[in-house]
Amino acid sequence: MAGVSDAELKAMTQEERVTALGMRTEQLTGKSLYMEFDPDAEERFVYPWAPEVDYNKRTELDTGDMTTTEVNAQIRDLMNEGYGTIVLKDPRGKHSIGTGILSRLNLIIEGSIGYFGVGLTDGPNVRITGRVGWSCGENMMSGTVVIEKNAGSTFGAAIRGGDLVCMGSVGSRTGIDMKGGTILVGGDTGALSGFMMQRGRMVVCGNAGKNLGDSMYDGTIFIGGDIKSLGVDAVEEEKTNLDKAWLTRKLTQYGLMPDKGVDHFTKVVSGKMLWNYDNLEPTEKKMIL
Amino acid sequence: MCGIAGLIHKGKSSNVGGEMTAMLQALKHRGPDSTGYAVYGEPTDGDYIMRIKVAEAEDMNRGRGIHQVLAERIGLIEGILDEHGANVKSKDAATEYSLRYVLSHDGDTAKLAEHIEETDGVEILSMGSGLELIKDLGDAADVAGLYGLNDFAGTHAIGHTRMATESDVDIRSAHPYWAFPYNDVSVVHNGQITNYWIMRRQMEHAGHRFMSNCDSELLAVYTAHNLSKGVSLEDSLSQSIEEIDGVFTYLVATKDQLGMAKDTMAAKPLVLYESDDMIAMASEEVAIRAILPQEIDTTDPYDEEVRVWQA
Repeated sequence: MAGVSDAELKAMTQEERVTALGMRTEQLTGKSLYMEFDPDAEERFVYPWAPEVDYNKRTELDTGDMTTTEVNAQIRDLMNEGYGTIVLKDPRGKHSIGTGILSRLNLIIEGSIGYFGVGLTDGPNVRITGRVGWSCGENMMSGTVVIEKNAGSTFGAAIRGGDLVCMGSVGSRTGIDMKGGTILVGGDTGALSGFMMQRGRMVVCGNAGKNLGDSMYDGTIFIGGDIKSLGVDAVEEEKTNLDKAWLTRKLTQYGLMPDKGVDHFTKVVSGKMLWNYDNLEPTEKKMIL
Repeated sequence: MCGIAGLIHKGKSSNVGGEMTAMLQALKHRGPDSTGYAVYGEPTDGDYIMRIKVAEAEDMNRGRGIHQVLAERIGLIEGILDEHGANVKSKDAATEYSLRYVLSHDGDTAKLAEHIEETDGVEILSMGSGLELIKDLGDAADVAGLYGLNDFAGTHAIGHTRMATESDVDIRSAHPYWAFPYNDVSVVHNGQITNYWIMRRQMEHAGHRFMSNCDSELLAVYTAHNLSKGVSLEDSLSQSIEEIDGVFTYLVATKDQLGMAKDTMAAKPLVLYESDDMIAMASEEVAIRAILPQEIDTTDPYDEEVRVWQA
């Protein structure tokens, strides 16, 4: 695969490209959709049900003395009024800020938030100038979230789509059970990152803790620094030219491109030696259940 | 779930009672059953401060006879103090079942403590030259108000809001735990110890006693055991990650140190803030922001991480 050029990949159909990259086609038609990276495609996160908001219509909200429920309700009210850019000031580590936003929005959080911030989102572009607690971006479906400082554990747990970016370091179990999308980390990540990962890509510019990619089913992890240890069934694989192109694009996009480029990144994928649940006989499934 | 918090000021005293109350109140949602403090004031000049309870809070609802029982228990305690040559300099009672003594004593404090705890229904919460350990049912505002902690001056403190999962809702099972009989050492914990009974038997065989069935008490006894063998606090914390199974993040305070340890899975949270003159940590950032409302930089310690700070 390393011998396949970008030009050759571009000339291929999506199915051929998937095969050339060593990805399984699986029998998933009608069950899930696997979006292949296209170097020429622009990323768009616009949905038909998005309310008509104007990004140039901007407002600020001082959240210091508000409850989480009040803040989230106020965001929805403002969106219904057409505000496309909302700035939250002084969040003081509150939990669950900005969760469940299912449409376009430019949300800027000036400060740090607590647990389960901006989870279950589908569309908004979020920038957080401070730190986030555990489970930021959990179950995020699309859009972008950029955190300028550090993040807690289970960063991007079960993320399904979009770009979740932390400029600093993150805690343990980053991207646990992730099912799609991209997680980018400028610093280090803790133990058991990518645990039971199913799809998507995770990029960590710094070091990774022990048991990286433990029991991962699929997906790809790129680590720029040292890996303390690989988890069960996680294996290293040679990067393709497409991998390098994708890394370069993503890291450049978020200002995380290392001075020495992307050649030093280690690619980690699933060895696929563990049981595949889908291949079990009905009687075997019954035994497990 | 439980919430833990700790703070230490470097080289100066502050209102650690009020600060810890604000932090614990912000963590109330993590544990509404009981709240506990271990606060460290300026060390006394050779005297000991003993915090002691002579009944559980719920015992006070068991009829008029309880008052006579408590009076008898207090009489027994003071008889034992006298027997061991301890001079009571002051005595205060925040509640009918919880007392604070300031003592001068030249003898073996461990023997004195063991003798006192032979009294039925009596438990020493803490004994030391700086440590004062207070715990009761209710939230931080309730406990701080009852025990006058809102203006407690000191260098450092740890605290706990408890959601009872492993044992009863009572003061005995509330944190912090004093590392009996090691003066001025206290522990708070968030997690579950899965080799509790094995380790407890080991500690009991080594001569240590347990006052509750709460797994967190093991960490206090374990720490006391190591310190009594001359192990440093930092080494004890590191050793615990190898020897104690389960998921845990716990804090240990001594007369002039505050330490933390996180298990091998990093399964229990801790957010850490460090500056040149103060370190604060808690299960959630919202607790730190309760005393530092301005924007601050915080981090999550990683798995198997051990840290110790000096007052």
